[in-house]
Amino acid sequence: MIPAQFDYVRPDSLDQAFRELASDEDTKVLAGGQSLLPLLRLRLAYPSKLVDVARLPELAGAHDRGDHVFVGAMTTHDEVMRSPVVREGCPLVALATATVADPAVRHRGTFGGSLAHADPAGDLPAVVLALDGVFVARSAGGEREIPAARFFVDYLESALLPGEILTGVKIPKLGDGWGFHYEKFHRTAQAWPIVGVAVAVRRTNGAIQEARIGLANMAPTPLRARAAESALQGAELGDQVRQACGEAAEGTAPPADLHAQPDYRRHLARVLTHRAVRTAAGAP
Amino acid sequence: MTEVGRARRRKEDARLLTGRTQWTDNLRPPGTLHVAFLRSPMAHARITRVDVSGARGMTGVVAAFCGQDLAAEQGSLPCAWPVTEDIVIPDHPPMAVSEVRYVGEAVACVVATDRYLAADALEAIEVDYEPLPAVVGLEEALAPDSPKVHESGNQAYTMKVTSGDVDAAFRDAPIVIERTYHQQRLIPAAMEPRAVLASTDGDSYTVWTATQIPHVLRVMLALTTGIPEHKIRVIAPDVGGGFGSKLQVTAEEVLCLLLTRRLGRPVKWNESRSEGNLTVHHGRGQVQRVKLAADADGRIRGLRVELLADMGAYLMLLTPGVPLLGASMFNAIYKMDAYEFGCTGVFTTKMPTDAYRGAGRPEATFGIERIMDELAAELKADPLEVRRRNWIRHEEFPYTTISGLTYDSGNYEAATDKAMALFGYDKLRAEQADRRDRGDPVQLGIGVSTYTEMCGLAPSRLLKEARYAAGGWEHGAVRMLPTGKVEVITGTSPHGQGHVTAWSQIAADALGVPFDDITVIHGDTAIAHKGMDTYGSRSLVIGGVAVLQACEKVREKARKLAAHVLECAPDDLEFAGGAFTVRGTDARATIQELAFAAFTAHDLPDGVEARLDSEATYDPDNYSFPHGTHLCAVEVDTETGLTRIRSYVAVDDVGKVVNPLIVEGQVHGGIAQGIGQALFEEAVYDADGNLLTSTLADYLLPSAADLPDFVTDRTETPATGNPLGAKGVGEAGCIASTPAVVNAVVDALRPYGVHDVAMPCTPERVWRALEGARS
Repeated sequence: MIPAQFDYVRPDSLDQAFRELASDEDTKVLAGGQSLLPLLRLRLAYPSKLVDVARLPELAGAHDRGDHVFVGAMTTHDEVMRSPVVREGCPLVALATATVADPAVRHRGTFGGSLAHADPAGDLPAVVLALDGVFVARSAGGEREIPAARFFVDYLESALLPGEILTGVKIPKLGDGWGFHYEKFHRTAQAWPIVGVAVAVRRTNGAIQEARIGLANMAPTPLRARAAESALQGAELGDQVRQACGEAAEGTAPPADLHAQPDYRRHLARVLTHRAVRTAAGAP
Repeated sequence: MTEVGRARRRKEDARLLTGRTQWTDNLRPPGTLHVAFLRSPMAHARITRVDVSGARGMTGVVAAFCGQDLAAEQGSLPCAWPVTEDIVIPDHPPMAVSEVRYVGEAVACVVATDRYLAADALEAIEVDYEPLPAVVGLEEALAPDSPKVHESGNQAYTMKVTSGDVDAAFRDAPIVIERTYHQQRLIPAAMEPRAVLASTDGDSYTVWTATQIPHVLRVMLALTTGIPEHKIRVIAPDVGGGFGSKLQVTAEEVLCLLLTRRLGRPVKWNESRSEGNLTVHHGRGQVQRVKLAADADGRIRGLRVELLADMGAYLMLLTPGVPLLGASMFNAIYKMDAYEFGCTGVFTTKMPTDAYRGAGRPEATFGIERIMDELAAELKADPLEVRRRNWIRHEEFPYTTISGLTYDSGNYEAATDKAMALFGYDKLRAEQADRRDRGDPVQLGIGVSTYTEMCGLAPSRLLKEARYAAGGWEHGAVRMLPTGKVEVITGTSPHGQGHVTAWSQIAADALGVPFDDITVIHGDTAIAHKGMDTYGSRSLVIGGVAVLQACEKVREKARKLAAHVLECAPDDLEFAGGAFTVRGTDARATIQELAFAAFTAHDLPDGVEARLDSEATYDPDNYSFPHGTHLCAVEVDTETGLTRIRSYVAVDDVGKVVNPLIVEGQVHGGIAQGIGQALFEEAVYDADGNLLTSTLADYLLPSAADLPDFVTDRTETPATGNPLGAKGVGEAGCIASTPAVVNAVVDALRPYGVHDVAMPCTPERVWRALEGARS
């Protein structure tokens, strides 16, 4: 398919980008284009103008900021998964990013673009939610921070306001004793996850002290598996962990589509959470 | 060393891999206009009003038409296979005039100065539809109270053939197994989407198109549009895959031709991927009722097959015949006393079906190979052992099967023994038993497929019996140029198969000239003037033989010339290494030197023309019958339902091999495509007839990352029906692999009480099958 006509601008600075965004209410921000361009080509979106921010230097790269890693919104997936700062500071992000689509997509698609798109089937929203990332948004009026728990509002809808651009995400470093895993269940290597489970656990003396679990594609937004998280507190590997992970589908509202019905997704959430927790906890 | 048999790298590859080539989309004659089609969003509706006037005034728009505008000239798209006397072949206008019958059917078009403006202007066309009920399911379509797709009803044809006493075979049979299998619809998804460019110089027309069948298309365009055949030239430039989907006379080809006639300028159409998912003919689409009767020792007594075949909304070029290509194949490699095959073609409000890699034989092979595993399960016997008890033994060839085909050659024992050794069959069975004992959540399944197929389509006389409208010969021509180089002209139309390379190898041996001194020309009806094109694994076994025979004729002409030059009798000459030598002397003349002598013509013997070229048209007496044994091991995660292929062994017997590298490529691609059907692919329509898998995000194609390394090997039992001894390899992998994989999945689940999983065997389906069996 072919998109309808639109204007295209590539501003040199964020300030110029804000001016472009303000000039027309049907303007959309273009990042790597891996989600927006298909929507345009299928004529499901008709923006009047695209403001291409992919090359803005302010939005580039991952940076070590002491207690957190700041990942610039326009860092490509490929850069993220290879970044030593990310791999050391927030390895779960690197692990999950390596499973995104295929190399071609990972070279174009961006970290911030896929988060701002707020697709619950995306890999990264569940990961950033599990890690309690903090979204940094800027507009002509200034900068504000949005905790991950409040960023994903509804299906394909984020807390970003018109005129705001996501500049990056602060990912807190979890420190020693944490293990990570991203368990992605999909039918082909390039396909979206039917269910994705992002897990960070702290384990001492054989028992789980703390668990954070983000679920992809289990509701109109990414979710935390809160019931399982609390049930896992103090759980020992084996039956206790298995039982706790049985609560992974509590409070979810999974979609029905060509690839899976809701009951199957709930089942998968339980099985995959168990596997992810065991792997993250270093179980043999 | 001969050229035939060498793993030559393909002459085509450098060009194709670097993109320095002639895809139809790369052709841009000056003044080219672009057409975009408005397509029906309704599966079934009456068109009550079309208004294209809004589009006509838009920037860049040169013209806009609806079906009514073209009704007087557009004719009806052809069906070349009226399989029964009383078949219903409905009128099929390239652009719908009064009624649409599938989502995606063209209802109007815009021709503009560029592709983008044409697409924009489609939105200004108004169409009013009066909805009619969709007809989606095959059984439902045949119910007496079903809404009708066409006025005549929903049955296109019904036929039945019987051989032997079927009732007797089933009467008192100790074992009777009956199963229903669903062949889901598949979307061919060739790498190059369709593209057409038509132009005119006022009197005659040239159509460049991504087609497998330039020659057949030229005839059909003439018959459909009334433009005289000699005024139409069809060119298939480089074509990026087809798998049968470009074995078609498409609405877009006809309409581009008509538009260029109207407008006097070149008109081009490029298909988008989602447009292609909707409107490239689909493959498969059958409900198979298979019933098998056997003795207590597993010997097959009889087989009954009853198909419902989804035609879709119209009958396209080969639509009704495709399921019947399986009519003689359900009995496969097995001996039996009686066989009955029935098929009913059913109209639905969906995209028409037609040939897709294997066309009718994969469906048949699936049906028989699945039920052979059920027979083995019933007998609690090894599935290969049960097959062995029933297959035609090597010493029994040539063998006339229950369905009446004569298999010229084959060695099922050798292929199976080799496959079992490569696979480590016994070791994997032991591991399977161990995992079953341990209750391992990941179970191992082993799938078997001992297939054969009929290809090399086809002997013209047999095609007549099958009521096919054309012949099955192929043409080849060879001309030696003055400098001794060689041009081979073929009627086959490669779209990725590597004919340029393989035909060069055949000609190099036959003429004794270097491989690099040969070029192969194809795909242009003005140059390769005669042909039946490429499909049904026919090119090598028919077209390759035509090239060989043309070369032999050239050689005999050269012999006369050599005798004259060397002043001896033709019979005194020996031909070897590209040179004629007078027996017992060192007097010699190379065929390349003789080409120059023929060119100057200064000293030709009486009655010898000034040419060293020839041609041949070859028509075989019989089909060819590749066969082989494919073995697949899968690991099924019983907690999630996910299937992972652990190992795959294919031992194919495709007769004599011209180029092992090309054969290897065909086998790999074919296996991958068959695995696609087994595990991943399905064209899904909802109850309203909307295609839900219109993008590749929803229609899942396997990529290299989803497939195991294939272990391939061959046995070589030459075909006796043609001088090359070749059998054809284009479809074999795709025919064999689907049942091997599904048999493996079911084998893994059998201890849980599961005896079938519908294709594609998605994780959810596997999980539900297990849940169903557990409850």
